[in-house]
Amino acid sequence: MSEQTKFDNKIVQWVDDRLPVFSILKHSAVDYPTPKNLNYWWNFGSLAGMMLVIMILTGIFLAMNYAANTGIAFNSVERIMRDVNWGWLLRYLHANGASFFFITVYIHIFRGLYYGSYKAPRELLWWLGLVIYLTMMATAFMGYVLPWGQMSFWGATVITNLFSAIPVIGDYIVTWLWGGFSVDNPTLNRFFALHYLLPFLIVAFVFLHLVALHTVKSNNPLGIDVKGPQDTIPFHPYYTVKDLVGIGAFLIVYLGVVFYAPNFFGEPDNYLPANPMQTPPHIVPEWYFLPFYAILRSIPDKLGGVICMFGAIVILFFLPWIDSSKVRSAKFRPIFKQVFWIFLADCFLLGYVGAHPPEGNLVLMGQLGTAAYFAFFPLLWIIGKLEKPRPLPQSIAQPVLKPMEKH
Amino acid sequence: MRKLILSTLAVLSMAAIPALAEEGPALEHQNWPWLGVFGKYDQAQLKRGYQIYHDVCSACHSLNLVAYRNLADIGFTQDEIKAIAAEKTVKDGPNDQGEMFDRPARPSDHFVPPFANDQAARAANNGALPPDQSLLVKARKGGPDYVYAILTGYEDAPAGATVPDGMSYNKVFPGHNIGMPQPLTDDAVTYADGTKATLDQEAKDITAFLNWTSEPELDTRHSLGIKVLGFLVVLTALFYALKRKVWSDVDH
Repeated sequence: MSEQTKFDNKIVQWVDDRLPVFSILKHSAVDYPTPKNLNYWWNFGSLAGMMLVIMILTGIFLAMNYAANTGIAFNSVERIMRDVNWGWLLRYLHANGASFFFITVYIHIFRGLYYGSYKAPRELLWWLGLVIYLTMMATAFMGYVLPWGQMSFWGATVITNLFSAIPVIGDYIVTWLWGGFSVDNPTLNRFFALHYLLPFLIVAFVFLHLVALHTVKSNNPLGIDVKGPQDTIPFHPYYTVKDLVGIGAFLIVYLGVVFYAPNFFGEPDNYLPANPMQTPPHIVPEWYFLPFYAILRSIPDKLGGVICMFGAIVILFFLPWIDSSKVRSAKFRPIFKQVFWIFLADCFLLGYVGAHPPEGNLVLMGQLGTAAYFAFFPLLWIIGKLEKPRPLPQSIAQPVLKPMEKH
Repeated sequence: MRKLILSTLAVLSMAAIPALAEEGPALEHQNWPWLGVFGKYDQAQLKRGYQIYHDVCSACHSLNLVAYRNLADIGFTQDEIKAIAAEKTVKDGPNDQGEMFDRPARPSDHFVPPFANDQAARAANNGALPPDQSLLVKARKGGPDYVYAILTGYEDAPAGATVPDGMSYNKVFPGHNIGMPQPLTDDAVTYADGTKATLDQEAKDITAFLNWTSEPELDTRHSLGIKVLGFLVVLTALFYALKRKVWSDVDH
């Protein structure tokens, strides 16, 4: 992976001669040359990594006290909340951790979008990120089923039923997913098994994401290539300490919610035990799925809705080729910059629509929002052709040397 | 508002015959002592609330997730808890002869429910199932404000409203027709601590108690949270100062 380094410590050197862990660490976490102009939006990668670690650690200890059986799952969660030492803290860290993991990842994705981090040569880096995102969605969805409350059960029923839209074999697939003829004990058991498995796949994807990152190196707010050593600084101590600032600030917000509003992201209905005989009139998924849920419901055809919902994510894989502009950063793309903010607002609008029953104006709002979401991509191609980008700086170091050149 | 009504209807339809969702009055926010960063339960209030549960609610509502031993958290002594538990009988066994037997409940037992099963509860309550109260506050939109509003929301049905037999009119309940007869009135209980038992006082006290059964960890959570956040603010400030220092030699 990297050239061998010499270490002062003899034991470290002995180990490194046989297994170059210290060389690798030094190469990719200490010396790693990083653009000197990264802003605080670049903190969310390391924050997402921290959330993954927190989720796995809290999850392991929760799993030691959880019972994946429809008869006792709900009460086993309440036992964690009431009788397990610090169980309420573990569970609130984990339940809110899912939301904050998605917050970090969404900011990370939109940062990549704004600064064009998906463009050559970072296409596979972007792809691996999307694979992580998809795996997270699957993990979060199955995790939400485990407490076996009303929303767990009915959310699982609605989402798994989406696969019945597939022509001919749809119903068989749904039965196969459930392990029966409704969401029941076999479903809960397999969801628990997969919920425990997928995070370790995410770890593997994160590793590949980092390998790809360290091969193509970080993008930066100017979106221009690193021209030489004057443009970079070593990762340590500069970005390790900056990441620590971000981690501290982020933990204040995350733990503030854990300690003072632990059910802010939750649905009250999920504190009612699952009841297959009683459908809640309004089934909502967790907030991080709401824009996609809105897209699903905006299409009057079931199969069409499912295709659009999945298509909304799949299309992101093609972004590096859809965007025809050679300029990465929105800083130098006046039209794209506006369209970016409209796209972000549209995602919030879809989230709002997804959270409410599809009635009255909301139906039309959802359909317009969906149209706008998909219009963004061809628009991106057209803008890239028509837009006249502002002049790019010579190098990352240059705008620092000439502060009069405002951009 | 519509979402609120629909969801509350969903969760409460177990306790009442499903009725049409109608716009109800907005919930009035009460100044609960446990709200806010420094908020914590008022132990005297929780004890009064327990008395209401014991004297009134427990006739119909179970409290399955709470054990008698948990009452130590709200200030009952071990002897008092033993006495409270011993009021109820639980089936235990089998013994050495292979027979099931009745024994008084112990502090380690969970609250003994008033009915053997849901069917028995429905049969005794005009077909409505009184919901378990362990998580009642957390399982309702509006939480304690909603529970308080229901308890104080009974009034005579306005002209034109039809209330089916065995149901009562409640201005807050979705659909207004609630299966639960008005549980609390002035002087429904005589408080052990001498507090005047007005309806408002009773409703607040039982709501506080039910908030505690929903979130027994709240006091610990709040007091730990302030320490953790205080620590993090200082730590982050130090990190920031360190970052400024480390970055002072970089043109950026």
